[in-house]
Amino acid sequence: MRASRARFWQAAIIVIMVGLVLFALSGYMRPLFRVVSSPLISAQEWFSSRFIAVYEFVTVPRDIATLRARNQALENEVAGLQAQIIELQQQLREAQLLYALLDFARARPQNQYVAAAVIGVDPSPFVHYVIIDHGSDDGLRYGMPVITDQGLVGRIDAVTATAARVQLITDPGSVVNVRLEGLSAEGQISGSITGEITLNMVSQDVPLQPGILLLTSGLGGNYPADILVGQVVSVRKSTTELFQSAAVQPVVDFSTLQAVLVITNFRPVDITPLLPTQNP
Amino acid sequence: MLQLAVVSRLPLIHGTADLILLALAAWASQERVKSAWQWTVLAGAAVTFISGLPYFVPLIGYLLVTLIARLLQRRVWQTPILAMFVTTILGTILFHLLSIFALQASGTPIPFQQALSQVTLPSALLNLILALPVYTVITDIARWIYPGDETI
Repeated sequence: MRASRARFWQAAIIVIMVGLVLFALSGYMRPLFRVVSSPLISAQEWFSSRFIAVYEFVTVPRDIATLRARNQALENEVAGLQAQIIELQQQLREAQLLYALLDFARARPQNQYVAAAVIGVDPSPFVHYVIIDHGSDDGLRYGMPVITDQGLVGRIDAVTATAARVQLITDPGSVVNVRLEGLSAEGQISGSITGEITLNMVSQDVPLQPGILLLTSGLGGNYPADILVGQVVSVRKSTTELFQSAAVQPVVDFSTLQAVLVITNFRPVDITPLLPTQNP
Repeated sequence: MLQLAVVSRLPLIHGTADLILLALAAWASQERVKSAWQWTVLAGAAVTFISGLPYFVPLIGYLLVTLIARLLQRRVWQTPILAMFVTTILGTILFHLLSIFALQASGTPIPFQQALSQVTLPSALLNLILALPVYTVITDIARWIYPGDETI
């Protein structure tokens, strides 16, 4: 009797459970769930938010310190990378400069070159000399012409074993014989204390115009012929003078001179003994 | 090295500062320093060797600067910085005049007025600007080398 009653209740509970499940699946229990779950969810949210607040209170200061340290490390890394970029850019510029000099040297196989870096400028503002880092140990000798891929720089004025002093064509004591490209005329360029170059000794009948290129003529034996020197900028012509003169823009930027080529197979000719002397 | 690599590449108009001149002037202005002449000869010989100026012009020029500094140091010893400024101006002008005359004598065409206005005056101004920091550094070096000779 008792056993049959228990089975009855078990069957009833199962039927009720199945019924409730079916009700729930069919959506009839939704209002009831909403009523029951709403306070539970609110309570869960309250507990969760309080827990998160306490957790952050305990852990966030440590995270800020960690983040600051990480930020500092990254900033250091960025600074290091920026320094590396600057160094690489510098190396790239030097490489481009050397490639340009190499191309120039390859284009003129008749000459032998020694590449040298400019390591100093003369301390006196009255003269225009630079110091290069190659000397007689590398085959450099007094009077050898110095050029860049752009044009004429000057010539060697003094040599030691490991360094040499170069007199620039802008030096007030420098005189270079030039020919005027496109014209059958020649002249002389001379430097000045301000670094400006002036073309002199050009005959009055030469149609000198701005834009005419100047190349070494080779006269005098101090420089090989046909090295680009500069361009005529403005012409000064006076009918009362024997010669006309002109301001010349050199092709080489002497303020940023970093590397040069020395032509080592050119020997300057000393024509002084051949010059006529005045007999008494 | 600093002079050749940096200072000579930073012109004002066409003048440049002369750190060697300033250092010698500051060194010779120190009362406790006894080796000013030796350093002057050394610096003058080195610059003569490096520079394209006629021989011994830098040596004579720097000896003149040291002479001015020594003379002023004995007369205006209470205001040594004033002596440094006067030495800088006078020394620069005398050194440049010597350079101009030596270059002209050696056949280099140097227009005198242009040289004074575009080279000497800007150089003097640059030297005057750098005189104070150079004097401070040299004074500290002199105190470090001669610590016991404090003037009362």
